[in-house]
Amino acid sequence: MTNPNPAAAPAADEAAERLAATSAEDGRPIRSGWRMLLPTMTPWLAVGLSLVVGITLFGLIGPFLVGDPEQIRDQGLTGPSGEFWLGTTQTGQDVLAQLAHATRGSLQIGFLVGVLATLLSAFFGIYGAYKGRFVDEAFSLLSNVFLVIPGLPLIIVISGFVPRESRGLWTIAVVLAVTGWAASARVLRAQTLSVRNRDYVAASQVAGERPWRVIMVEILPNLLPVIASQFVFAVIAAILGEAGLSFIGLGASNSSTLGTMLYYAQNGFALSLGAWWWFIPPGLIIAMFGTGLSIVNFSIDEIINPKLKNLRLHRKRARRAARLERQLTRTASADPEVSDR
Amino acid sequence: MTSVHVTDLVKDYKLREGLKRTRLRAVDHVSLELTPGRTVALVGESGSGKSTIAKILTRMERPSSGEVEVRLDDGTAVDGKAYRREVQMVFQDPFASLNPFHSIEHHIARPLLIHKRTRTKQETRERVLEMLERVNLTPAERIAPRRPHELSGGQRQRVAIARALAPGAQVLIADEPVSMLDVSIRLGVLNLLGRLQREDRLAVLYITHDLATARHFSDEIVVLYRGRVVERGPADAVILDPHHDYTKLLALAAPDPERPGGVAADTGSIDRDSIDNGVCYDHYTGQWRETGVPASEARERSI
Repeated sequence: MTNPNPAAAPAADEAAERLAATSAEDGRPIRSGWRMLLPTMTPWLAVGLSLVVGITLFGLIGPFLVGDPEQIRDQGLTGPSGEFWLGTTQTGQDVLAQLAHATRGSLQIGFLVGVLATLLSAFFGIYGAYKGRFVDEAFSLLSNVFLVIPGLPLIIVISGFVPRESRGLWTIAVVLAVTGWAASARVLRAQTLSVRNRDYVAASQVAGERPWRVIMVEILPNLLPVIASQFVFAVIAAILGEAGLSFIGLGASNSSTLGTMLYYAQNGFALSLGAWWWFIPPGLIIAMFGTGLSIVNFSIDEIINPKLKNLRLHRKRARRAARLERQLTRTASADPEVSDR
Repeated sequence: MTSVHVTDLVKDYKLREGLKRTRLRAVDHVSLELTPGRTVALVGESGSGKSTIAKILTRMERPSSGEVEVRLDDGTAVDGKAYRREVQMVFQDPFASLNPFHSIEHHIARPLLIHKRTRTKQETRERVLEMLERVNLTPAERIAPRRPHELSGGQRQRVAIARALAPGAQVLIADEPVSMLDVSIRLGVLNLLGRLQREDRLAVLYITHDLATARHFSDEIVVLYRGRVVERGPADAVILDPHHDYTKLLALAAPDPERPGGVAADTGSIDRDSIDNGVCYDHYTGQWRETGVPASEARERSI
């Protein structure tokens, strides 16, 4: 190997490199890191988002527009009518008013538990995996223990222990969060283990970043899609769990949620009396909200797993090509001269 | 001006295989000296301990024994946060060493802010652009807000170099900085490193498995085999007049179109058993030195 002349070479290859770079860079808006984290808008995502946003708005604004949900009238168990859009309960309460307040209550607890469970799982999953060694062993043992604890029975036992009058919204939220964080902590731990061994984390450590900054600024943003999807699942699980608890009469004492509505409908023999307007709306809201969040979650999946995105893009391209081909054959058959040429 | 003195560095990794515990000696009594304005190339095959030495020098790993001393010109030892300022590293893979989430500006601004090289936002920004221009990334104000995936491999490696130099580092560890790049870009990045080294009188440790670039780019070559130094000396002397069989083998392993009888070399003349003979040739003293039992025997031991 001969010693190449160092002076002559750089001009040429730097020019080539710059040329390659400029051809790619022009005319494209600069996107920030946050933009990269948002899912692409697809019809599916639109459906999911409109379900979630619609129900959330109903829960937020609805209670201001309806009357008192507790007011008792002498028109018991009437079907939907102009006066009461969703009919009345056995004691003459307006189902629509109850539904609006119950939706708000359910969303409240879902959001609360989602935040709490995500914080817990982020702490135990990310911090443990980053520190490694003993801390990691201890934290993953803890999350494994919580993972094998059967959730609902434990909730029932705890809820049974706490006296009814002190069983507020927060108690239920904490109980649901404590029993629900472990699975996502494991997912986050696995992701963190992979991210923390990347060179850019090592580079920031070599640069002298403090550990908490390495976690918060270098590692966490790359986990955000995973955290978002875990959060969405936590919300679904919390709403379902709370509905289940309230349905068996172990829910929060001072709140009204979709679960308590179902509980009262069950107690009032709504099913056997054929009062479908009493139990179907709350059930439907739970189902639709869960569906909406799941669809949103599938879209978040696309960010985590680019393979899915490529699959969709390929399908789209294939459809467009097929359409174009059909169009061409149509014009060809309509105008035979073109095809002859 | 900063120099690094590495004496008798040993790094053992503990391995567990069921109930059997062994230790793997990744680095075996290596001594090195990095002085301002000089490049030392660390050459060896995969697993010879090159990257472990880099990790120890950047304090990502603790040595099992031996010392790494970094001293300023006036003789004061560098430690703690100042160590991070003085000793920086360019990583092998430019596609992994930049955070995909952050802009180029973030990567260079952070070291500036950590080591308080700049105070105000405006000052930091100007400094970032200045650093980008120093590594030939122009127009700097268009590169700065981009994110890594929008740059080519060569451009990313230039960003990595700018990041390493941002805190004002005087010692640069370059761990195979061009092995992941296209052949056409390699020379450009190497020449950039060479230019920056001359301008700042940096002490550079250039880690590579490529003897050709090692000779082109460095003043001294240290050949590692299984964690041990088997030959050291001025770059030209080691390449043109290799004494140790392992160095000869390395030199022959590089394809050379001018070699008679084809590109591939005939290594038959070298006895493979004689490579691991526990000796080291020093071109400075012109003498062989015993390094103890053969490296493969010292390498793995049960504890």
